[in-house]
Amino acid sequence: MRRKMQSYLLSAAAVMALSGPAMATELNITCRCVVGGVNSGMAEWIETKVIPAFTAKMKAEGKDVTVKLNQFGGEDEQLTQQLALDFSTGAGPDVSGFDGFLIPSFVQGGLLKSLEEVAGADVNAWEGWSHISDGTKALMSYQGKPYGIALGTDARMIFVRKDLFQKAGLDAAAWQPKSWDELLDAARKIKAAAPDSFPLQLNAGVSMGEATTMQGYWMALLGTGEQVTDDAGKYIVSSQGILDTLKLYKTIYVDDKLGDQRAQLLADGRNRTFANFRDGKTAMLVEGDWFYRSVTKPGAEFEVADRDNVMTWKKMPAVQPGKGLRGQDFVTMSGGTGFVINPHTDAPKESWELLSFMNSQEQLTAFQEIQPAIRIRNDVAIPNSPFLTETAEALLPITTARPNDANYNKVSTEIQRMTESVVSGELSPEDAMAQYKAAVIAIVGEENTVSRL
Amino acid sequence: MPFSSRIYIRRMGFSVVAALLGTLFALPLVWFFFAPFNARAELGLAIPAPFTFANFTTVFQNTFAMQALFNSLVQAFGGVVLVGAAATFAAYALSRSSIPGKSAVTYVLLLFSSVVSGSAAMVPIFLIVSAAGLIDTHLAVILVFAGGLLPTAMFILRDFIDAIPRSYEESAMVAGASPLQAFFDVALPVIRPGIVVVVVWAFVNIWGSFLIPFILLRSDSLMPASVAIYSFYSEAGTPIVTLLAAYSLIYSLPVIALYLFVNWKFGFRFFGGIKS
Amino acid sequence: MKKFSLLSTRAGALFLAPATALVGVFVIIPFFWVIFVSFTNRTLLGRTALDPDFVGLQNYFALFNPATFFARGQFGFSLILTIQFVLLSALIGQALLGLILSWLSQTVSPSIKSFLQTTVIAAWILPEVVIGFAWFAFLDYDNGTLNMIMRGLGLPPGDWLLQQPFWVIVFFNTWRGAAFSMMLFNSAFQSIPPSYFQAADVAGATSWQKLRDIALPLIRGHVVTDLILITMWTFNVFTPFLLTNGGPSYRTELLSIYTYRIAFKDFEFGKGAAVGVVIMLINLAFALVYLRLAHKKPVEAE
Repeated sequence: MRRKMQSYLLSAAAVMALSGPAMATELNITCRCVVGGVNSGMAEWIETKVIPAFTAKMKAEGKDVTVKLNQFGGEDEQLTQQLALDFSTGAGPDVSGFDGFLIPSFVQGGLLKSLEEVAGADVNAWEGWSHISDGTKALMSYQGKPYGIALGTDARMIFVRKDLFQKAGLDAAAWQPKSWDELLDAARKIKAAAPDSFPLQLNAGVSMGEATTMQGYWMALLGTGEQVTDDAGKYIVSSQGILDTLKLYKTIYVDDKLGDQRAQLLADGRNRTFANFRDGKTAMLVEGDWFYRSVTKPGAEFEVADRDNVMTWKKMPAVQPGKGLRGQDFVTMSGGTGFVINPHTDAPKESWELLSFMNSQEQLTAFQEIQPAIRIRNDVAIPNSPFLTETAEALLPITTARPNDANYNKVSTEIQRMTESVVSGELSPEDAMAQYKAAVIAIVGEENTVSRL
Repeated sequence: MPFSSRIYIRRMGFSVVAALLGTLFALPLVWFFFAPFNARAELGLAIPAPFTFANFTTVFQNTFAMQALFNSLVQAFGGVVLVGAAATFAAYALSRSSIPGKSAVTYVLLLFSSVVSGSAAMVPIFLIVSAAGLIDTHLAVILVFAGGLLPTAMFILRDFIDAIPRSYEESAMVAGASPLQAFFDVALPVIRPGIVVVVVWAFVNIWGSFLIPFILLRSDSLMPASVAIYSFYSEAGTPIVTLLAAYSLIYSLPVIALYLFVNWKFGFRFFGGIKS
Repeated sequence: MKKFSLLSTRAGALFLAPATALVGVFVIIPFFWVIFVSFTNRTLLGRTALDPDFVGLQNYFALFNPATFFARGQFGFSLILTIQFVLLSALIGQALLGLILSWLSQTVSPSIKSFLQTTVIAAWILPEVVIGFAWFAFLDYDNGTLNMIMRGLGLPPGDWLLQQPFWVIVFFNTWRGAAFSMMLFNSAFQSIPPSYFQAADVAGATSWQKLRDIALPLIRGHVVTDLILITMWTFNVFTPFLLTNGGPSYRTELLSIYTYRIAFKDFEFGKGAAVGVVIMLINLAFALVYLRLAHKKPVEAE
């Protein structure tokens, strides 16, 4: 709205001073990032690197552009709420942080337009596209058209505490589970050696939201050779893979009590899993590379003492070797968050300039110095981080992305519910799957589902 | 005398029960008075050791959070003035005029407001505010709160005014006062305790509310403390207990001060009750 | 005596104007929007955002669909849960406890009275984020104040938020809201002429007899005001969300939290609006019952 007012003023000013100097453009950028708080590195990067360099570049080109960062301190879900309301009324920041998996439902709701529609042909001429693989480009695309640019991608794996393995007489360094049985076997040995520990934690439950689906359910389901949807994009609502996955949960949390069940049920559960790992209670935690990059890094709240010696990571195995998706032995999931352009922006050209500038080699390299991660550009190196280099090499070739579908978000909530009812011991895997089937049919219609049992 | 000693024992019993209940009510808050002064607070209750003001120093340096306290004051003050004034006029009119259908009005509005205070109505409210061009302004928050709180404020005040004998104003008017003079000079001073109750109630409501400012505001520089408190979360998204507790204490002081002031100056009194 | 009006209709309308404008824009328009949208399948995301259909009563039928009605995370489960929550935490909890607190305050010494009133009112005036956090710490399994006391008394600690989440939010809401009822009853009792009680004292009446036979009949109007307000507030209360997120396993998903999930997480405005309308109808039913009760029994003193 302020922008609307501003545009009135602008047009009034333009009438009065047709031949005057170019007017200042103010761009707003929002992300879930707060200096010193959530995603501190990103806020720092935008404030100290992107904005000064961008305004200087614009000035050199004779344009007076100012950029203002709005640091959003709430949760991902709350930012989604604000953006959905804003985009539906023509308000909102010009450029905003955005999770790729929401793009289909926003596009279908008419809340986002493709980059080309917003900013025109400049988009296709950008030098960056040639440095971005199709797979990572797809993270922020829908039906083949990019709606934004992902800042980077990630991968999921099992984080391991060597000290707990040692207690059970296991050598974590040499160990790499090749099947679920080997995974459970190690967990049982650790439980026997340290009865108070929670050897294996696989995310489940409603309160963790998408972290349950991505880090928990998918990581198991892929190991059965299935995905949430089949090749035709229909949702699989009844299958051996779902059942096996739910049985794995039941073994971990109900039958053998290998994981911390409370952490999956309580509202602040994810932090409990972090704390358990930090405090040496959890031996194996399935999480994303963010857990290493940010959560447990030195100085962080969940800093793992003596991390280089105590902590390592392993690939997530399929149920049996060769039984994973595409016949893989090991599986992982990737997602990506990045930035989109407001379709109602008053300054589409400048917004695109900003977005592409953020994703220039120079700026992403500057970001790497603040917070190394797997960046989407192949000309941005991962400096001084053997962990990220190794994981990127080992996991990105075998990774999978979520279906590009507007209903995925809702189905994902049902997945979280299904896992919670098994983990809490409330329903058997069979009953939970039946509940899931009914719920997904209600969301997408029976014709868009497949039953394999 | 056995009679009076029985009364005495009974009195003692009441006192013990009252003290016990008071203690029970205080228990959940005890932690909250210790944690801000603790250098390394966890969720557990612990006497601060070492005792420190460092948490407050850190909080005071957070300009966003400090600005937010000021924003809360602006929004709460604006909302309270608007609710207090509009509700007083309206409740007085409903009590003293012969507008047709007035007896059902407060009930109907109360029910309407019960729908609107739920999250289902946040969308139309957002759309209205957005159409008015007021998104991301203090005024939007003030107006929406005023509208939402008014039905209840009118309900409470009308009960109150109905219980005040009409003879007060009648005698003034017999003595030649106009209805407006009767309202301002005679009725208003008598209604004041009721207004005070509504003002405190509205202030407390606005001061603590998260959803409305969160939906209507966008700029950091306008967010109230109920939103800013989430800036004391760590990079991993967990509360930084010490800072959060310290900020909570600062954030709570205005309502405590308001209550103490009102209690000392006016006392808390409701009048009325629905006439049966 | 026939009541003549102190304000002319015109002056009355003038007095009503500011409130009418505010309530009209921010209560009445949204109210009718909610009613209207409850008959459509409008959403914020996905296809039905651009092109909503009029679906008649379909949202309402979906809410009351017997196949899913009682399942956790569904409307029926939340509805039954909320009614239990209102009965226990508003009627028994806040109103009855408020009455007891207020009655106790009339009989004890001023210092104990001010201690009691202060702690009860503190629970009511502190901001909800602060309260939510304080309770979270209070109930923490490992180090929380409550379990510290349990251990001190030699009792086993409880995993309150996981094992008794419903009772947690009942006690929480009672604690949080008792102050309003207490304050309202405080002034109600003060409006009773002291001579009534003095007469009873001379006759040797117990405190309970005085409350039952003298005070309660006189303050029936206050009781109805109190019940109408706290019932409505409790139906809409959202603060338990800060403690439990509606979980575990939807076991504390009150209607207010359910609506929030439907309307603001799933962005299904049509269905969320239908829930809002149903809540209003239930509030209406409660209010009518209270008013009927207030009128039924003969009033002893006018």
